[in-house]
Amino acid sequence: MARESGLKARAAALAPEPMTVLKQSVLPLVAAFVIPLIFHFGIGPSVGAYPSKVLLDIGINVVLAVSLNLVNGFTGQFSIGHAGFMAVGGYTAGLVTYYGGYRIWGDSLPHGGFLGAGEMLFLVATIAAALSAAAFGYLVGLPSLRLRGDYLALVTLGFGEIVRVMIQQTSDIATDATEIAATSWPSLLWKVGGALGFTGLPFYTSLFWVWLWVSLTVLVASRLKTSTHGRAFLSIREDEIAAEAMGIPTTTIKVRAFVMSAAFAGVAGSLFAHEVGTTLNPGELGFQKSFEVVIMVVLGGMGSVSGCVLAAIVVTVLPELLRSVDEYRMVAYALTLILMMILRPQGLFGLREIWEIWPFKALFRSEAK
Amino acid sequence: MTKLLQTLMDGVSVGSLYALIALGYTMVYGILKFINFAHSDIFMLGAWVSFTLATLMGWTSDAPWIAGPAVICGSMLICGTIGFVIERLAYRPLRAAPRINVLITAIGVSLFLENVGQLEYVFGTRPQRMPSLLPDTVLASVAGVSIRLVDVLVIGIAFSLMGALEYLVFSTKLGRAMRAVSHDLKTASLMGIDVDRVISITFIIGSSLAAAAGFLTAAKYPSINQPAHSNWILFGLKAFVAAVVGGIGNVRGAMAGGLMIGLVEMFGAAFFSPNLRDVYVFTLLIVVLLIKPDGLLGRATVEKV
Repeated sequence: MARESGLKARAAALAPEPMTVLKQSVLPLVAAFVIPLIFHFGIGPSVGAYPSKVLLDIGINVVLAVSLNLVNGFTGQFSIGHAGFMAVGGYTAGLVTYYGGYRIWGDSLPHGGFLGAGEMLFLVATIAAALSAAAFGYLVGLPSLRLRGDYLALVTLGFGEIVRVMIQQTSDIATDATEIAATSWPSLLWKVGGALGFTGLPFYTSLFWVWLWVSLTVLVASRLKTSTHGRAFLSIREDEIAAEAMGIPTTTIKVRAFVMSAAFAGVAGSLFAHEVGTTLNPGELGFQKSFEVVIMVVLGGMGSVSGCVLAAIVVTVLPELLRSVDEYRMVAYALTLILMMILRPQGLFGLREIWEIWPFKALFRSEAK
Repeated sequence: MTKLLQTLMDGVSVGSLYALIALGYTMVYGILKFINFAHSDIFMLGAWVSFTLATLMGWTSDAPWIAGPAVICGSMLICGTIGFVIERLAYRPLRAAPRINVLITAIGVSLFLENVGQLEYVFGTRPQRMPSLLPDTVLASVAGVSIRLVDVLVIGIAFSLMGALEYLVFSTKLGRAMRAVSHDLKTASLMGIDVDRVISITFIIGSSLAAAAGFLTAAKYPSINQPAHSNWILFGLKAFVAAVVGGIGNVRGAMAGGLMIGLVEMFGAAFFSPNLRDVYVFTLLIVVLLIKPDGLLGRATVEKV
């Protein structure tokens, strides 16, 4: 009895302060909902249409980079098929909002205002996108039972290409309301436009939705990194054999990383599909897109969440800024990439986060004195 | 039967092109252990340099026995030099860096070459038509299959280049040095092999083989896509798949893998659906990797603690 009460006392002593609980668990969640609102009603209307569009692109790229970081940065597996998951998600969400919209309202236009019925359908579609991409993530994660390093990279690349070619084989989109109402769901699955792309999707992607998902992705990733599960991810990256010896089920963890990463890529795909000024077509989501995301992760630092966010911003904004030198834009981009790799091979931040760098630097300087 | 033989012919012809490119991938991977994504752009340059040389000189099929060899040699020389420069400037500073950085650099180099190629005063953004250096004659007809001069030359040149490489790698001192560096870079350098020189030579050989493949591709399919067209990279990727299927780092494996990929692609296209040819290649890759991850001719390696 005495011992038990002693344990209880110790547990009570170890329990965090209520204020700490509030600060660490509730506050980030509140922030995750407030930040998108600020973007939607504050920043968006005040900066105008073109910067808003860039903000949407940045947000989608942040979701992609941070999610790929779960596999490439945290777990140290090398995936170059991220666009494949994005495509799976985008087409799933497109099916839900396009044909779902036809089934419910008889057309595929946006319905309802902010957080109205249409946007709720979009939320459902995005979750469906996450789930279907996660299922594919599981399929691709399975070969990682056997494969390491570049071989795994090739399988992911092959997967991405297979998805792209399969989408190219699909048939035309159905545009007639009565025809759509008469067709069964399974046969609608194949009517997503082939190589021309899935056009006519309602434009639901707004600053609110993009930055809501950005906040959630960043929150999940940064929380994961400091949790027990995240430590398991990192241990595989550092030394797989040692991790296994320490009792970490490396296979399960690797597959889990793939599934999580794919789910968020699916979300990004859904956001991309419903954005103004983009077309969801298989050509856009080929290996070039996958490479772009890998570049963001490596530039930001493998395993640094804030680094990835910053790199996603840089990689999105840099080509926009270089528009004045139009022709040389991509040449300059490529050169930046090569120089960056030679001069700062660990990426902008390495494994560290932004906030871990300034105090570190200050500490270092005071020691030097 | 005719269709079977015709497909066999096409498959071997395309396969030998894959094999030529795959050799560059496999040699670089064997030594530096990274996927040289810029290799497919060297292949692209090979085709474009051939085109530029042929049009500058105004060569046509009037004098095929001067024009053809001159263009292929010029293209191999120029691309070999470019390969050397790329290794010297972009990859050598990263010799000690993690492989992922080298990989990203390779993607950077690939983007750089493509976009420099797209500049108006380099190659431009329009696809071009390769002047036909060879007369498009049918040499013979066997069982209804027309054997075209182009195909014979493609297969002949590819196989003789591969034979030369085989001799170089397995029967010369330089080849022994290359194999030693690929086996263990550190030990090789301790044994007095100039590793940097061997790597440079590897890049030069790989790049000139890719350039030869570029020339042969331009001769076989005269319409040349613009430099940043994704078909170039896709062709290169399939060649890399060939290298992996054959066993990466293995010169003979790359040749076998290239032929196999070419045959699978052509037979799939002829007998199932021509639209899914990329799917066959990548499915074959995944299947081979799952069954025998070290490739058909590769040796299994055990990871030690």
